[in-house]
Amino acid sequence: MACIDSRDTLRAQRRLAAKVTWKMPKVVYVSASGQPREVDVPVGTTVMAAALKNGIDGIVAECGGVCMCSTCHVFVDEKFFDKLPPAQDTEEAVLEISAEERQPTSRLSCQIKVTGDLDGLIVRLPGKQR
Amino acid sequence: MTAAGTLIVGTGQAGFQTAASLRSEGFQEPITLIGEEPHIPYQRPPLSKGFPLGTQDLESIELRPRNFYQDHNINLLTGETVTAIDRTARLITLASGNRVSYSKLVLAVGARNRMLPVKGANLDGVLYLRFLDEALLLKERLKNAQHIVVIGGGFVGLELAAVASSLGKSVTVLEALPRLMSRVVAPIISEFYRELHSNRGVTILCGAHVSEIAGSGGAVREIVLSDGRRYPADLALVGIGVVPNIELARDAGLRISNGIAVDENLQTDDSDIFAIGDCAEHPCIFAVNRVRLESVQNAADQAQSVAAAIAGRPNPYRALPWFWTDQFDIKLQMAGISQGHDRIVTRGSLETRKLSVFYFKENRLVAIDSINRPLDHMIGRKLLAAAIPLTPEQAADENVDLKKLERSFAERTNKSLTQ
Repeated sequence: MACIDSRDTLRAQRRLAAKVTWKMPKVVYVSASGQPREVDVPVGTTVMAAALKNGIDGIVAECGGVCMCSTCHVFVDEKFFDKLPPAQDTEEAVLEISAEERQPTSRLSCQIKVTGDLDGLIVRLPGKQR
Repeated sequence: MTAAGTLIVGTGQAGFQTAASLRSEGFQEPITLIGEEPHIPYQRPPLSKGFPLGTQDLESIELRPRNFYQDHNINLLTGETVTAIDRTARLITLASGNRVSYSKLVLAVGARNRMLPVKGANLDGVLYLRFLDEALLLKERLKNAQHIVVIGGGFVGLELAAVASSLGKSVTVLEALPRLMSRVVAPIISEFYRELHSNRGVTILCGAHVSEIAGSGGAVREIVLSDGRRYPADLALVGIGVVPNIELARDAGLRISNGIAVDENLQTDDSDIFAIGDCAEHPCIFAVNRVRLESVQNAADQAQSVAAAIAGRPNPYRALPWFWTDQFDIKLQMAGISQGHDRIVTRGSLETRKLSVFYFKENRLVAIDSINRPLDHMIGRKLLAAAIPLTPEQAADENVDLKKLERSFAERTNKSLTQ
Protein backbone atom coordinates (compact mmCIF):
# COMPACT_ATOMS: atom_id res chain seq x y z
CA MET A 1 0.00 0.00 0.00
CA ALA A 2 2.80 2.37 0.92
CA CYS A 3 4.25 1.82 -2.49
CA ILE A 4 1.01 2.83 -4.22
CA ASP A 5 0.68 5.87 -1.97
CA SER A 6 4.12 7.13 -2.84
CA ARG A 7 3.45 6.63 -6.54
CA ASP A 8 0.26 8.66 -6.25
CA THR A 9 2.08 11.36 -4.35
CA LEU A 10 4.73 11.48 -7.04
CA ARG A 11 2.09 11.83 -9.73
CA ALA A 12 0.36 14.61 -7.84
CA GLN A 13 3.67 16.42 -7.39
CA ARG A 14 4.38 16.13 -11.10
CA ARG A 15 0.95 17.45 -11.96
CA LEU A 16 1.45 20.40 -9.67
CA ALA A 17 4.91 21.10 -11.11
CA ALA A 18 3.49 21.00 -14.61
CA LYS A 19 0.79 23.45 -13.61
CA VAL A 20 3.19 25.90 -12.05
CA THR A 21 5.67 25.98 -14.92
CA TRP A 22 2.99 25.79 -17.59
CA LYS A 23 2.25 29.10 -19.19
CA MET A 24 0.31 29.62 -22.37
CA PRO A 25 2.30 31.37 -25.09
CA LYS A 26 0.98 34.70 -26.26
CA VAL A 27 0.49 35.79 -29.85
CA VAL A 28 0.04 39.43 -30.80
CA TYR A 29 -2.10 40.12 -33.87
CA VAL A 30 -1.59 43.60 -35.28
CA SER A 31 -4.43 44.75 -37.52
CA ALA A 32 -3.75 46.41 -40.86
CA SER A 33 -4.51 49.74 -39.17
CA GLY A 34 -1.91 49.03 -36.48
CA GLN A 35 -4.09 47.92 -33.56
CA PRO A 36 -2.41 45.14 -31.57
CA ARG A 37 -4.36 42.41 -29.77
CA GLU A 38 -2.75 39.87 -27.50
CA VAL A 39 -4.18 36.36 -27.29
CA ASP A 40 -3.24 33.32 -25.19
CA VAL A 41 -2.73 30.37 -27.51
CA PRO A 42 -2.42 26.74 -26.38
CA VAL A 43 0.77 25.04 -27.57
CA GLY A 44 0.10 23.12 -30.80
CA THR A 45 -2.69 25.43 -31.96
CA THR A 46 -2.09 27.24 -35.23
CA VAL A 47 -1.94 31.03 -35.41
CA MET A 48 -4.90 30.81 -37.82
CA ALA A 49 -7.10 28.70 -35.53
CA ALA A 50 -6.36 30.95 -32.56
CA ALA A 51 -7.30 34.01 -34.61
CA LEU A 52 -10.68 32.52 -35.55
CA LYS A 53 -11.37 31.37 -32.01
CA ASN A 54 -10.61 34.82 -30.65
CA GLY A 55 -12.55 36.79 -33.23
CA ILE A 56 -9.55 38.41 -34.89
CA ASP A 57 -10.87 40.08 -38.01
CA GLY A 58 -8.57 39.89 -40.98
CA ILE A 59 -8.04 36.13 -40.98
CA VAL A 60 -10.59 34.52 -43.33
CA ALA A 61 -9.27 30.92 -43.50
CA GLU A 62 -11.46 29.98 -46.42
CA CYS A 63 -9.99 26.52 -47.07
CA GLY A 64 -9.82 25.65 -43.39
CA GLY A 65 -6.05 25.44 -43.17
CA VAL A 66 -5.06 23.06 -45.96
CA CYS A 67 -2.86 25.38 -48.05
CA MET A 68 -5.35 25.89 -50.86
CA CYS A 69 -6.13 29.56 -50.39
CA SER A 70 -4.11 32.49 -49.11
CA THR A 71 -6.75 34.02 -46.85
CA CYS A 72 -4.82 33.47 -43.60
CA HIS A 73 -1.76 35.35 -44.87
CA VAL A 74 0.27 37.19 -42.19
CA PHE A 75 3.47 39.18 -42.04
CA VAL A 76 5.60 37.72 -39.26
CA ASP A 77 7.63 40.13 -37.17
CA GLU A 78 11.29 39.89 -38.18
CA LYS A 79 12.38 38.99 -34.65
CA PHE A 80 10.34 35.79 -34.86
CA PHE A 81 10.59 34.90 -38.52
CA ASP A 82 13.79 32.84 -38.18
CA LYS A 83 12.35 30.93 -35.23
CA LEU A 84 9.68 29.40 -37.44
CA PRO A 85 10.24 26.13 -39.24
CA PRO A 86 10.68 27.05 -42.91
CA ALA A 87 7.66 27.03 -45.23
CA GLN A 88 7.04 23.87 -47.24
CA ASP A 89 6.70 24.02 -51.03
CA THR A 90 2.90 23.98 -50.81
CA GLU A 91 2.83 27.03 -48.55
CA GLU A 92 5.47 28.83 -50.65
CA ALA A 93 3.30 28.32 -53.70
CA VAL A 94 0.16 29.65 -52.00
CA LEU A 95 1.98 32.83 -51.00
CA GLU A 96 2.29 33.55 -54.73
CA ILE A 97 -1.45 34.20 -54.89
CA SER A 98 -1.92 36.28 -51.75
CA ALA A 99 -4.36 39.16 -52.18
CA GLU A 100 -1.85 41.58 -50.69
CA GLU A 101 1.55 40.96 -52.22
CA ARG A 102 3.88 38.75 -50.24
CA GLN A 103 6.83 40.24 -48.38
CA PRO A 104 10.03 38.62 -47.10
CA THR A 105 8.39 37.56 -43.83
CA SER A 106 5.05 36.45 -45.30
CA ARG A 107 3.64 33.16 -43.99
CA LEU A 108 0.31 31.38 -43.91
CA SER A 109 -0.90 31.44 -40.34
CA CYS A 110 -2.46 27.97 -40.78
CA GLN A 111 1.05 26.57 -41.05
CA ILE A 112 2.43 28.20 -37.90
CA LYS A 113 1.94 26.01 -34.85
CA VAL A 114 2.47 27.86 -31.62
CA THR A 115 5.23 26.54 -29.35
CA GLY A 116 6.74 27.77 -26.08
CA ASP A 117 9.62 29.26 -28.11
CA LEU A 118 7.21 31.47 -29.98
CA ASP A 119 5.81 33.15 -26.85
CA GLY A 120 5.19 36.80 -27.74
CA LEU A 121 4.99 36.11 -31.48
CA ILE A 122 3.90 39.19 -33.40
CA VAL A 123 2.04 38.85 -36.70
CA ARG A 124 0.74 41.72 -38.80
CA LEU A 125 -2.43 41.25 -40.82
CA PRO A 126 -2.63 42.39 -44.43
CA GLY A 127 -5.20 44.95 -45.51
CA LYS A 128 -7.03 42.40 -47.61
CA GLN A 129 -7.21 38.62 -47.78
CA ARG A 130 -9.41 38.14 -50.83
CA MET B 1 -42.63 38.30 -37.73
CA THR B 2 -39.07 39.50 -37.69
CA ALA B 3 -37.91 42.73 -39.30
CA ALA B 4 -36.88 42.51 -42.94
CA GLY B 5 -33.24 42.38 -43.91
CA THR B 6 -31.17 39.77 -45.63
CA LEU B 7 -32.35 36.24 -45.05
CA ILE B 8 -29.97 33.41 -45.85
CA VAL B 9 -31.27 29.85 -46.10
CA GLY B 10 -28.57 27.28 -45.46
CA THR B 11 -25.77 27.20 -42.89
CA GLY B 12 -23.10 25.55 -45.04
CA GLN B 13 -20.00 27.33 -46.29
CA ALA B 14 -21.99 29.48 -48.74
CA GLY B 15 -24.62 30.60 -46.23
CA PHE B 16 -22.07 31.27 -43.52
CA GLN B 17 -19.78 33.22 -45.84
CA THR B 18 -22.64 35.38 -47.10
CA ALA B 19 -23.44 36.46 -43.56
CA ALA B 20 -19.79 36.99 -42.62
CA SER B 21 -18.99 38.89 -45.82
CA LEU B 22 -22.07 41.10 -45.49
CA ARG B 23 -20.78 42.27 -42.12
CA SER B 24 -17.23 42.77 -43.36
CA GLU B 25 -18.72 44.76 -46.27
CA GLY B 26 -20.19 47.08 -43.66
CA PHE B 27 -23.81 45.98 -44.16
CA GLN B 28 -25.86 47.36 -41.26
CA GLU B 29 -29.27 45.79 -41.77
CA PRO B 30 -30.53 42.63 -40.03
CA ILE B 31 -29.10 39.30 -41.16
CA THR B 32 -30.87 36.02 -40.45
CA LEU B 33 -29.10 32.74 -41.17
CA ILE B 34 -31.33 29.67 -41.09
CA GLY B 35 -30.23 26.05 -41.28
CA GLU B 36 -31.80 22.62 -40.82
CA GLU B 37 -28.87 21.13 -38.97
CA PRO B 38 -28.69 21.52 -35.19
CA HIS B 39 -25.06 22.67 -35.40
CA ILE B 40 -23.48 26.05 -35.90
CA PRO B 41 -21.84 26.36 -39.35
CA TYR B 42 -18.89 24.03 -39.84
CA GLN B 43 -16.53 23.00 -42.62
CA ARG B 44 -17.67 20.03 -44.64
CA PRO B 45 -14.37 18.96 -46.31
CA PRO B 46 -12.84 17.52 -43.10
CA LEU B 47 -15.85 15.19 -42.65
CA SER B 48 -14.33 12.79 -45.18
CA LYS B 49 -10.75 13.46 -44.16
CA GLY B 50 -9.30 14.59 -40.82
CA PHE B 51 -12.49 14.28 -38.80
CA PRO B 52 -13.10 10.51 -39.16
CA LEU B 53 -9.33 9.98 -39.05
CA GLY B 54 -9.21 11.71 -35.67
CA THR B 55 -6.75 14.47 -36.56
CA GLN B 56 -9.47 17.14 -36.41
CA ASP B 57 -12.07 17.49 -33.69
CA LEU B 58 -15.46 19.16 -33.61
CA GLU B 59 -14.17 22.50 -32.42
CA SER B 60 -11.50 22.67 -35.10
CA ILE B 61 -14.01 22.30 -37.93
CA GLU B 62 -16.39 25.03 -36.78
CA LEU B 63 -16.18 27.86 -39.29
CA ARG B 64 -16.31 30.35 -36.43
CA PRO B 65 -16.91 29.95 -32.69
CA ARG B 66 -20.48 30.28 -31.46
CA ASN B 67 -20.06 33.84 -30.17
CA PHE B 68 -19.09 35.08 -33.66
CA TYR B 69 -22.75 35.24 -34.63
CA GLN B 70 -23.81 37.32 -31.63
CA ASP B 71 -20.73 39.51 -31.93
CA HIS B 72 -21.59 40.28 -35.56
CA ASN B 73 -25.29 40.65 -34.96
CA ILE B 74 -26.17 37.66 -37.12
CA ASN B 75 -29.40 36.00 -36.11
CA LEU B 76 -28.51 32.31 -36.43
CA LEU B 77 -31.44 29.89 -36.37
CA THR B 78 -30.33 26.25 -36.32
CA GLY B 79 -32.60 23.21 -36.51
CA GLU B 80 -35.15 25.17 -38.56
CA THR B 81 -36.52 24.13 -41.93
CA VAL B 82 -37.82 26.63 -44.44
CA THR B 83 -40.93 25.16 -46.04
CA ALA B 84 -42.09 27.90 -48.40
CA ILE B 85 -41.22 31.23 -49.96
CA ASP B 86 -43.97 33.79 -50.52
CA ARG B 87 -42.38 36.04 -53.12
CA THR B 88 -45.24 38.52 -53.22
CA ALA B 89 -45.24 39.12 -49.48
CA ARG B 90 -41.47 38.62 -49.32
CA LEU B 91 -41.49 36.20 -46.48
CA ILE B 92 -40.58 32.62 -45.80
CA THR B 93 -42.41 30.08 -43.68
CA LEU B 94 -40.62 27.80 -41.24
CA ALA B 95 -41.66 24.25 -40.36
CA SER B 96 -42.33 25.58 -36.86
CA GLY B 97 -45.00 27.82 -38.43
CA ASN B 98 -43.10 31.04 -37.85
CA ARG B 99 -42.65 33.42 -40.72
CA VAL B 100 -39.67 35.63 -41.46
CA SER B 101 -39.75 38.53 -43.88
CA TYR B 102 -36.88 39.53 -46.13
CA SER B 103 -35.81 42.28 -48.43
CA LYS B 104 -33.13 40.06 -50.02
CA LEU B 105 -33.20 36.28 -49.90
CA VAL B 106 -30.13 34.11 -50.44
CA LEU B 107 -30.74 30.44 -51.16
CA ALA B 108 -27.66 28.48 -50.11
CA VAL B 109 -29.62 25.29 -49.64
CA GLY B 110 -26.97 22.89 -50.91
CA ALA B 111 -27.44 19.42 -52.23
CA ARG B 112 -28.27 16.01 -50.83
CA ASN B 113 -26.74 12.62 -51.41
CA ARG B 114 -27.94 10.54 -54.29
CA MET B 115 -29.34 7.35 -52.79
CA LEU B 116 -28.22 3.95 -53.96
CA PRO B 117 -31.22 2.54 -55.84
CA VAL B 118 -30.73 -1.14 -55.03
CA LYS B 119 -32.31 -3.77 -52.81
CA GLY B 120 -30.88 -3.72 -49.31
CA ALA B 121 -29.78 -0.08 -49.45
CA ASN B 122 -31.77 0.63 -46.30
CA LEU B 123 -29.95 -1.99 -44.20
CA ASP B 124 -28.18 -0.92 -41.04
CA GLY B 125 -24.55 -0.20 -41.84
CA VAL B 126 -25.19 1.44 -45.20
CA LEU B 127 -23.94 4.95 -44.54
CA TYR B 128 -23.89 8.20 -46.45
CA LEU B 129 -21.87 11.27 -45.65
CA ARG B 130 -22.79 14.88 -45.96
CA PHE B 131 -23.77 16.17 -42.54
CA LEU B 132 -21.83 16.36 -39.30
CA ASP B 133 -24.27 13.96 -37.62
CA GLU B 134 -23.59 11.44 -40.37
CA ALA B 135 -19.85 11.95 -39.89
CA LEU B 136 -20.22 11.34 -36.14
CA LEU B 137 -22.10 8.12 -36.84
CA LEU B 138 -19.57 7.06 -39.45
CA LYS B 139 -16.67 7.70 -37.09
CA GLU B 140 -18.35 5.66 -34.37
CA ARG B 141 -19.23 2.76 -36.66
CA LEU B 142 -15.74 2.66 -38.18
CA LYS B 143 -14.35 1.74 -34.74
CA ASN B 144 -15.72 -1.78 -34.72
CA ALA B 145 -15.96 -2.47 -38.44
CA GLN B 146 -13.33 -4.55 -40.20
CA HIS B 147 -14.52 -4.91 -43.78
CA ILE B 148 -15.45 -1.63 -45.39
CA VAL B 149 -16.88 -1.44 -48.88
CA VAL B 150 -16.94 2.01 -50.44
CA ILE B 151 -19.49 2.38 -53.21
CA GLY B 152 -18.36 5.13 -55.56
CA GLY B 153 -14.82 6.00 -56.61
CA GLY B 154 -15.20 9.78 -56.63
CA PHE B 155 -13.62 12.27 -54.25
CA VAL B 156 -15.69 11.48 -51.15
CA GLY B 157 -15.55 7.72 -51.64
CA LEU B 158 -11.80 7.68 -52.16
CA GLU B 159 -11.14 10.05 -49.28
CA LEU B 160 -13.15 7.76 -47.02
CA ALA B 161 -11.36 4.71 -48.41
CA ALA B 162 -8.03 6.35 -47.54
CA VAL B 163 -9.25 7.15 -44.02
CA ALA B 164 -10.59 3.64 -43.39
CA SER B 165 -7.43 2.08 -44.75
CA SER B 166 -5.27 4.35 -42.60
CA LEU B 167 -7.31 3.17 -39.61
CA GLY B 168 -6.26 -0.40 -40.43
CA LYS B 169 -9.48 -1.58 -42.05
CA SER B 170 -9.82 -3.87 -45.01
CA VAL B 171 -11.22 -1.61 -47.75
CA THR B 172 -12.74 -2.30 -51.15
CA VAL B 173 -13.81 0.49 -53.52
CA LEU B 174 -16.48 -0.30 -56.09
CA GLU B 175 -16.70 2.17 -58.97
CA ALA B 176 -19.27 1.71 -61.71
CA LEU B 177 -17.34 3.63 -64.37
CA PRO B 178 -14.14 2.30 -65.99
CA ARG B 179 -11.81 4.49 -63.88
CA LEU B 180 -11.61 6.54 -60.68
CA MET B 181 -12.84 10.16 -60.50
CA SER B 182 -13.51 9.90 -64.22
CA ARG B 183 -15.96 12.77 -64.25
CA VAL B 184 -13.23 15.28 -63.47
CA VAL B 185 -9.68 14.05 -64.01
CA ALA B 186 -7.60 12.68 -66.91
CA PRO B 187 -6.87 8.94 -67.11
CA ILE B 188 -3.27 9.43 -65.98
CA ILE B 189 -4.51 10.90 -62.68
CA SER B 190 -7.06 8.10 -62.25
CA GLU B 191 -4.22 5.64 -62.75
CA PHE B 192 -2.03 7.41 -60.19
CA TYR B 193 -4.81 7.14 -57.60
CA ARG B 194 -5.55 3.50 -58.42
CA GLU B 195 -1.90 2.73 -57.70
CA LEU B 196 -1.79 4.91 -54.61
CA HIS B 197 -4.74 3.09 -53.07
CA SER B 198 -3.63 -0.34 -54.23
CA ASN B 199 -0.17 0.18 -52.71
CA ARG B 200 -1.82 0.94 -49.38
CA GLY B 201 -3.82 -2.27 -49.54
CA VAL B 202 -7.13 -0.89 -50.80
CA THR B 203 -8.84 -3.11 -53.38
CA ILE B 204 -10.04 -1.00 -56.29
CA LEU B 205 -12.63 -2.39 -58.70
CA CYS B 206 -13.79 -0.31 -61.64
CA GLY B 207 -16.69 -1.23 -63.88
CA ALA B 208 -18.28 -2.72 -60.77
CA HIS B 209 -22.07 -2.39 -60.74
CA VAL B 210 -23.70 -2.98 -57.36
CA SER B 211 -26.93 -4.91 -57.80
CA GLU B 212 -27.84 -5.65 -54.21
CA ILE B 213 -26.79 -5.24 -50.63
CA ALA B 214 -27.34 -8.49 -48.80
CA GLY B 215 -27.88 -8.54 -45.07
CA SER B 216 -28.87 -10.60 -42.11
CA GLY B 217 -30.71 -9.48 -39.01
CA GLY B 218 -31.32 -6.12 -40.66
CA ALA B 219 -27.60 -5.36 -41.04
CA VAL B 220 -25.38 -5.25 -44.11
CA ARG B 221 -23.30 -8.39 -44.71
CA GLU B 222 -22.31 -8.45 -48.38
CA ILE B 223 -22.25 -6.24 -51.42
CA VAL B 224 -23.37 -8.10 -54.51
CA LEU B 225 -22.29 -7.06 -58.01
CA SER B 226 -24.33 -7.54 -61.18
CA ASP B 227 -21.82 -10.17 -62.35
CA GLY B 228 -22.47 -12.18 -59.19
CA ARG B 229 -19.28 -11.33 -57.29
CA ARG B 230 -19.83 -10.75 -53.59
CA TYR B 231 -17.80 -8.67 -51.15
CA PRO B 232 -18.17 -9.05 -47.38
CA ALA B 233 -18.93 -5.78 -45.60
CA ASP B 234 -19.58 -4.64 -42.03
CA LEU B 235 -20.07 -1.16 -43.39
CA ALA B 236 -21.00 0.13 -46.84
CA LEU B 237 -20.07 3.76 -47.41
CA VAL B 238 -21.96 5.26 -50.32
CA GLY B 239 -20.62 8.26 -52.24
CA ILE B 240 -22.28 8.32 -55.63
CA GLY B 241 -22.87 12.01 -56.06
CA VAL B 242 -25.46 14.53 -55.02
CA VAL B 243 -28.64 16.12 -56.27
CA PRO B 244 -29.24 19.84 -55.76
CA ASN B 245 -31.98 20.95 -53.38
CA ILE B 246 -34.18 22.80 -55.82
CA GLU B 247 -37.62 22.10 -54.35
CA LEU B 248 -38.01 25.28 -52.30
CA ALA B 249 -37.11 27.45 -55.32
CA ARG B 250 -39.18 25.39 -57.75
CA ASP B 251 -42.27 25.59 -55.53
CA ALA B 252 -41.81 29.36 -55.42
CA GLY B 253 -41.94 29.41 -59.23
CA LEU B 254 -38.26 30.15 -59.77
CA ARG B 255 -36.55 28.78 -62.85
CA ILE B 256 -34.78 25.46 -62.40
CA SER B 257 -32.17 23.82 -64.60
CA ASN B 258 -29.49 21.51 -63.24
CA GLY B 259 -29.95 23.41 -60.00
CA ILE B 260 -31.55 26.72 -59.19
CA ALA B 261 -30.91 28.81 -62.31
CA VAL B 262 -29.06 32.08 -61.75
CA ASP B 263 -27.53 34.74 -63.99
CA GLU B 264 -23.99 36.12 -63.88
CA ASN B 265 -24.94 38.18 -60.82
CA LEU B 266 -26.12 34.96 -59.14
CA GLN B 267 -29.68 36.28 -59.19
CA THR B 268 -32.60 34.00 -59.84
CA ASP B 269 -35.35 35.32 -62.07
CA ASP B 270 -36.61 37.16 -58.99
CA SER B 271 -34.03 39.94 -58.57
CA ASP B 272 -34.48 39.88 -54.78
CA ILE B 273 -33.55 36.21 -54.60
CA PHE B 274 -30.03 34.90 -55.09
CA ALA B 275 -28.90 31.27 -55.21
CA ILE B 276 -25.31 30.22 -54.50
CA GLY B 277 -23.14 27.21 -53.77
CA ASP B 278 -23.95 23.57 -54.49
CA CYS B 279 -27.62 24.28 -55.32
CA ALA B 280 -27.07 26.92 -58.00
CA GLU B 281 -26.39 26.57 -61.69
CA HIS B 282 -24.58 29.62 -63.01
CA PRO B 283 -22.99 30.82 -66.24
CA CYS B 284 -19.26 30.27 -65.87
CA ILE B 285 -16.76 32.00 -68.14
CA PHE B 286 -14.28 29.18 -67.49
CA ALA B 287 -16.61 26.45 -68.73
CA VAL B 288 -18.28 25.58 -72.01
CA ASN B 289 -21.75 25.62 -70.49
CA ARG B 290 -23.52 26.75 -67.40
CA VAL B 291 -22.26 24.80 -64.40
CA ARG B 292 -23.27 23.75 -60.92
CA LEU B 293 -20.17 23.29 -58.79
CA GLU B 294 -19.77 21.56 -55.46
CA SER B 295 -16.78 23.12 -53.78
CA VAL B 296 -15.58 25.36 -50.99
CA GLN B 297 -14.17 27.86 -53.49
CA ASN B 298 -17.46 28.13 -55.36
CA ALA B 299 -19.47 28.49 -52.15
CA ALA B 300 -17.18 31.07 -50.58
CA ASP B 301 -16.56 33.16 -53.69
CA GLN B 302 -20.22 33.22 -54.71
CA ALA B 303 -21.14 34.20 -51.16
CA GLN B 304 -18.64 37.05 -51.27
CA SER B 305 -20.01 38.19 -54.62
CA VAL B 306 -23.63 38.17 -53.43
CA ALA B 307 -22.72 39.92 -50.19
CA ALA B 308 -21.05 42.70 -52.18
CA ALA B 309 -24.13 43.00 -54.41
CA ILE B 310 -26.50 43.21 -51.43
CA ALA B 311 -24.21 45.77 -49.80
CA GLY B 312 -24.57 47.90 -52.93
CA ARG B 313 -21.49 46.91 -54.91
CA PRO B 314 -22.72 44.44 -57.51
CA ASN B 315 -20.24 42.89 -59.91
CA PRO B 316 -20.60 39.84 -62.12
CA TYR B 317 -19.35 36.57 -60.69
CA ARG B 318 -16.09 35.70 -62.46
CA ALA B 319 -14.05 33.65 -59.98
CA LEU B 320 -11.91 30.82 -61.23
CA PRO B 321 -13.07 27.44 -59.91
CA TRP B 322 -10.56 25.39 -57.96
CA PHE B 323 -10.80 22.16 -56.01
CA TRP B 324 -8.73 19.75 -53.97
CA THR B 325 -8.84 16.27 -52.57
CA ASP B 326 -6.63 14.77 -49.85
CA GLN B 327 -6.10 11.03 -49.99
CA PHE B 328 -3.42 9.45 -47.80
CA ASP B 329 -0.47 11.86 -47.93
CA ILE B 330 -1.27 13.13 -51.42
CA LYS B 331 -3.08 16.33 -52.26
CA LEU B 332 -4.56 16.72 -55.73
CA GLN B 333 -4.97 20.39 -56.61
CA MET B 334 -7.28 21.29 -59.47
CA ALA B 335 -7.76 24.65 -61.18
CA GLY B 336 -10.27 25.44 -63.89
CA ILE B 337 -12.85 23.20 -65.53
CA SER B 338 -11.40 20.39 -67.61
CA GLN B 339 -14.66 19.10 -69.11
CA GLY B 340 -14.72 19.55 -72.87
CA HIS B 341 -10.93 19.49 -73.29
CA ASP B 342 -9.49 18.08 -76.49
CA ARG B 343 -5.83 17.75 -75.56
CA ILE B 344 -3.71 17.14 -72.50
CA VAL B 345 0.00 17.59 -71.89
CA THR B 346 1.95 16.83 -68.73
CA ARG B 347 4.85 18.08 -66.67
CA GLY B 348 6.68 15.76 -64.31
CA SER B 349 5.87 12.07 -64.08
CA LEU B 350 3.96 9.46 -62.15
CA GLU B 351 7.24 7.78 -61.17
CA THR B 352 8.46 10.86 -59.30
CA ARG B 353 4.97 11.37 -57.85
CA LYS B 354 5.20 14.95 -59.11
CA LEU B 355 2.83 15.54 -61.96
CA SER B 356 0.77 18.31 -63.52
CA VAL B 357 -1.75 17.72 -66.25
CA PHE B 358 -2.61 20.70 -68.45
CA TYR B 359 -5.95 20.50 -70.23
CA PHE B 360 -6.47 22.40 -73.47
CA LYS B 361 -9.49 23.12 -75.58
CA GLU B 362 -8.77 24.43 -79.06
CA ASN B 363 -5.22 25.22 -77.93
CA ARG B 364 -6.48 27.32 -75.03
CA LEU B 365 -5.56 26.28 -71.48
CA VAL B 366 -8.76 25.39 -69.56
CA ALA B 367 -7.58 23.49 -66.49
CA ILE B 368 -4.57 22.18 -64.58
CA ASP B 369 -4.46 19.23 -62.16
CA SER B 370 -1.38 18.99 -59.97
CA ILE B 371 0.07 16.35 -57.68
CA ASN B 372 3.04 17.52 -55.57
CA ARG B 373 3.62 20.44 -57.92
CA PRO B 374 1.91 23.20 -55.92
CA LEU B 375 3.55 26.06 -57.81
CA ASP B 376 2.06 24.81 -61.10
CA HIS B 377 -1.34 24.93 -59.42
CA MET B 378 -1.03 28.39 -57.91
CA ILE B 379 0.60 30.01 -60.94
CA GLY B 380 -1.87 28.06 -63.06
CA ARG B 381 -4.72 29.80 -61.26
CA LYS B 382 -3.27 33.15 -62.30
CA LEU B 383 -2.77 31.99 -65.89
CA LEU B 384 -6.33 30.70 -66.10
CA ALA B 385 -7.98 33.61 -64.30
CA ALA B 386 -6.29 36.19 -66.52
CA ALA B 387 -6.50 34.04 -69.69
CA ILE B 388 -2.76 34.37 -70.15
CA PRO B 389 -1.78 32.54 -73.35
CA LEU B 390 0.14 29.30 -72.85
CA THR B 391 0.65 26.84 -75.68
CA PRO B 392 0.56 23.08 -75.12
CA GLU B 393 4.23 23.02 -76.15
CA GLN B 394 5.13 25.58 -73.48
CA ALA B 395 3.09 23.70 -70.90
CA ALA B 396 4.91 20.46 -71.67
CA ASP B 397 8.34 22.09 -71.59
CA GLU B 398 9.78 22.08 -68.08
CA ASN B 399 12.22 24.82 -69.17
CA VAL B 400 9.37 27.27 -69.61
CA ASP B 401 9.11 29.01 -66.23
CA LEU B 402 5.40 29.54 -65.64
CA LYS B 403 5.99 32.10 -62.91
CA LYS B 404 8.18 34.25 -65.20
CA LEU B 405 5.69 33.86 -68.01
CA GLU B 406 2.86 35.02 -65.76
CA ARG B 407 4.92 37.93 -64.39
CA SER B 408 6.00 39.21 -67.77
CA PHE B 409 2.46 39.02 -69.09
CA ALA B 410 1.12 40.89 -66.04
CA GLU B 411 3.84 43.55 -66.40
CA ARG B 412 3.12 44.00 -70.10
CA THR B 413 -0.60 44.35 -69.36
CA ASN B 414 0.03 46.89 -66.60
CA LYS B 415 2.31 48.86 -68.89
CA SER B 416 -0.20 48.99 -71.70
CA LEU B 417 -2.90 50.02 -69.22
CA THR B 418 -0.85 52.93 -67.92
CA GLN B 419 0.24 54.11 -71.37
